[in-house]
Amino acid sequence: MNEWLYVALFIVVGMIIPIGAIAAGFIFGPKKPNPIKQSTYECGIEPVGEAWIQFKAQYYIFALVFLVFDVEAVFLFPWAVKLGQLGLYAVMEGIVFVGILVVGLVYTWRKGMLEWV
Amino acid sequence: MNFWNDPLKVAAAWLEGIFTGWGMDAVLAHVLVVFLGVFLLITILMVLDIFLVWIERKVVARFQDRIGPNRVGPYGLIQPFADIIKLIIKEDTTPDGADKVVYNLAPILSMMSVLILWAVVPLAPVMLGIDLNVGVLFLIAAGAIGTLSIIMAGWSSNNKFAMIGGFRQVAVMVAFEVPMLAMLMIPTIFAGSMNMNAIIEAQNVWFFFISPLAALIFLIAAIAELGRAPFDLAEGESELVAGFNIEYSGMKFGMFYAGELLHAFTFGGFWAILFFGGYRFFGLEQVSPFLAILILVIKAMLGYWVIMWVKYTMMRIRIDQMLGFNWKFLTPLSFALVLVTALMNTLLRGADSWLFVTGMFLSNVVVGWIALEIARSVARKERERVEGVKAVEAHH
Amino acid sequence: MTAEQIIFLIVALFTLGSALMVVTTRNLIHAALWLVATLFGVAVIYALLNAGFMAVVQVVVYIGAIAILFIFAVMLTRKDLRDNTPQTNKNWWAGALIAVLTFAGLVFTLQGWSGFSKTASAVPLGFDAISQLGEQLTSPTAYVLPFEVASVLLLAALVGAVYVAFNKK
Repeated sequence: MNEWLYVALFIVVGMIIPIGAIAAGFIFGPKKPNPIKQSTYECGIEPVGEAWIQFKAQYYIFALVFLVFDVEAVFLFPWAVKLGQLGLYAVMEGIVFVGILVVGLVYTWRKGMLEWV
Repeated sequence: MNFWNDPLKVAAAWLEGIFTGWGMDAVLAHVLVVFLGVFLLITILMVLDIFLVWIERKVVARFQDRIGPNRVGPYGLIQPFADIIKLIIKEDTTPDGADKVVYNLAPILSMMSVLILWAVVPLAPVMLGIDLNVGVLFLIAAGAIGTLSIIMAGWSSNNKFAMIGGFRQVAVMVAFEVPMLAMLMIPTIFAGSMNMNAIIEAQNVWFFFISPLAALIFLIAAIAELGRAPFDLAEGESELVAGFNIEYSGMKFGMFYAGELLHAFTFGGFWAILFFGGYRFFGLEQVSPFLAILILVIKAMLGYWVIMWVKYTMMRIRIDQMLGFNWKFLTPLSFALVLVTALMNTLLRGADSWLFVTGMFLSNVVVGWIALEIARSVARKERERVEGVKAVEAHH
Repeated sequence: MTAEQIIFLIVALFTLGSALMVVTTRNLIHAALWLVATLFGVAVIYALLNAGFMAVVQVVVYIGAIAILFIFAVMLTRKDLRDNTPQTNKNWWAGALIAVLTFAGLVFTLQGWSGFSKTASAVPLGFDAISQLGEQLTSPTAYVLPFEVASVLLLAALVGAVYVAFNKK
C-alpha cells in the first residue's frame, strides 16, 4: 500500500482532534452574543475604517526573493542526496548553481530592495 | 517477537487478528488498525501538550525568579487541566465583520500542521513512523500549511492588528525558511538520504559535532519559524496586542496556543533527530523500544528547554533588523556553509572517521569565524557612520 | 473499480471543483484560498502516482511560496477587496475558444496513444527516485545543462521582478 495513505490518515486525525476540541467549547460554552461583544477589538476604541485595505508593497518583494530561493533549495535537494557518491564535478556544479543566484541576491541588495522602508 | 521488543507490531497483529476474526476484509482491518494507531499517537501528543503548558509556565517562572503554578495539585500539576476547562466553558466569540468559514478553519489547520509533523518522526528503531524518503522536505511542507493558517487567521478576523501581525509573522516565516531549507541539506549530505531514520542511522558521530554551525543556524531558523522571542514581533503585545490571533477566544485560541507549544517541542525533537542522534544513545536504544522513546523525549525536552531559554532571555528585535539579519547574513552564510560542507565531504571521503570529524568541525569553525569577522567589520563601519553623523549634528 | 481509482476520482473532482471556484469567486482572497485547495489536490494526485518528491515539492513551492505571494499581491494591488467589477472582459469569447481548441487538440493528439488503456507498471522495489534525479541532474551526459539553466532562469526572474518593483517606486 502507498505510504502516503498513512500521511492522509495523519491529516484526517489531525483535523478531527482540533475539530472535536472546538466543538466541545461550542457545546459547553455560553452563547450570548451582542453587538458590542461582536465588534472588532481595537483596544477599546471604536474601529475606524476597514481592515481589508491595501497593504505594504515591501512584503511582496520579500516573498518574491523567498520564492526564488525556495525553488533553488528544492533543486539542490536531489543533488545533496546523491552527493556522497559523486565526484568533485558535482560539487562544482552546485557551486555554479548557487553562485548564479548569489548574483541575484547581490543585485537585489545593491538596489536597496532588502531594506525595510 | 514479543510485546516488549516490538510493541507496535505485536499490538497491530493482535488487533488485526481480532478484526479479521469478525469477518472484516484484511486490507480494511489494516487501515483501521493504522487509523487507531495514529489516533493513539495524536491523543498522547495532545495529553503531552497539556503538560507542556505546565512545563513552560514552570520554566519561565524559574527564569524570572518566581515559583510558577503551585496551588492546584502537587507542584501545580493540575493547573493546565483547570486552564483547559476554563477554555472550554468560555464563550466563543466571532467578530461581526469576520469571514466565518476561513476564520473557523484557521485554528484547525494550525493545529493539524503541527500534528502531521509527527508522521515522519522515528520514535524507536522498531517504530519508524512513516518511512517517507522525502522526510526533511515534509517538515517544510507541513510548515507551509502552518504559514497558510496564520495568513488565514490574520486576514479573516477583519481586524487591523490581526492583519498586521499575520503579515509580519508570514514574512518572517518565509524568510527564515530559506536558511532552514539550506540547513536541512547538511544532514541530507552526510546521510545521503532525506529519510529521517536514515539520518539517525548515519549518526555514529552526532552531526552536531560534525557541523555545529548548521545546528546553530537550524535552531535560529526554527525559533523564527515558531515566532518566538527574539522573533516574536508578530504578537508584539505593546503594539499589536496579540497579533494574528487577537480575535480568537475559547478553544479556538486554545488551539493556536497549544499548537505553538507543541510546535516548539516538535522542533526540539527535530533538532535532536537531525543533529543529536534522535533515539540513539550509546546503544541503549537497542535494549528496549520504550527506552528509545524515552531517550528521544528527553532529547526533545532539552531542545525545547534551549528554545525556552532563548525566548525568556532575549528581547524582541525589530522587523527590519530581523529581515536584514536573515537576508544579508544568515542566507548567504547558510548557502556558503552548504557548499563548504559539500566540498569537504567530497574531499574527505574515505578518510578516517576522526579525520573526517575534525576536518568538518574545523571547516565549520572557519566559516563561522569568517562570517562573524565580516559582520563585525560591517557593523563597525555602520557604527562609525552613525556616530559620525551624530558628531557632526552635535557640532552644529 | 479499485479503491485507488475511487480515491483518484474523488481527488480529481475536488481539484476541478476548487479550480472552478477560483475563477467564479468574487472575493479575491477566497479565490487565492481556493487556488491553494486546487494545488493541494494536484499534490495528492502526485502522491497517488507514487511521486512523493513531486508531491512534497508541490506543497512547499506552490502552497508555501506562490500562494503566499498571490495573497500578498492581492493585498497590495487592490484598494477594496470586495469590488464588484465584472469577472469577464470583452475578450471572454476568445479565451473560451482557445480553451476549447486546446482541449480538442489534446484529445485529438492523445487519441492514438496506447497508454490510456494500460495500467502503469509498478515501481520496482528499492527504486529511489530522488537519488536517480540527483544523478541525472548532475551527470554531464544527462541534464546538467538544464540544471544550471534553471539557476539562470531563477536569476532572470529575480532581477526582472526587482527591476519592475524598483521602477514603480
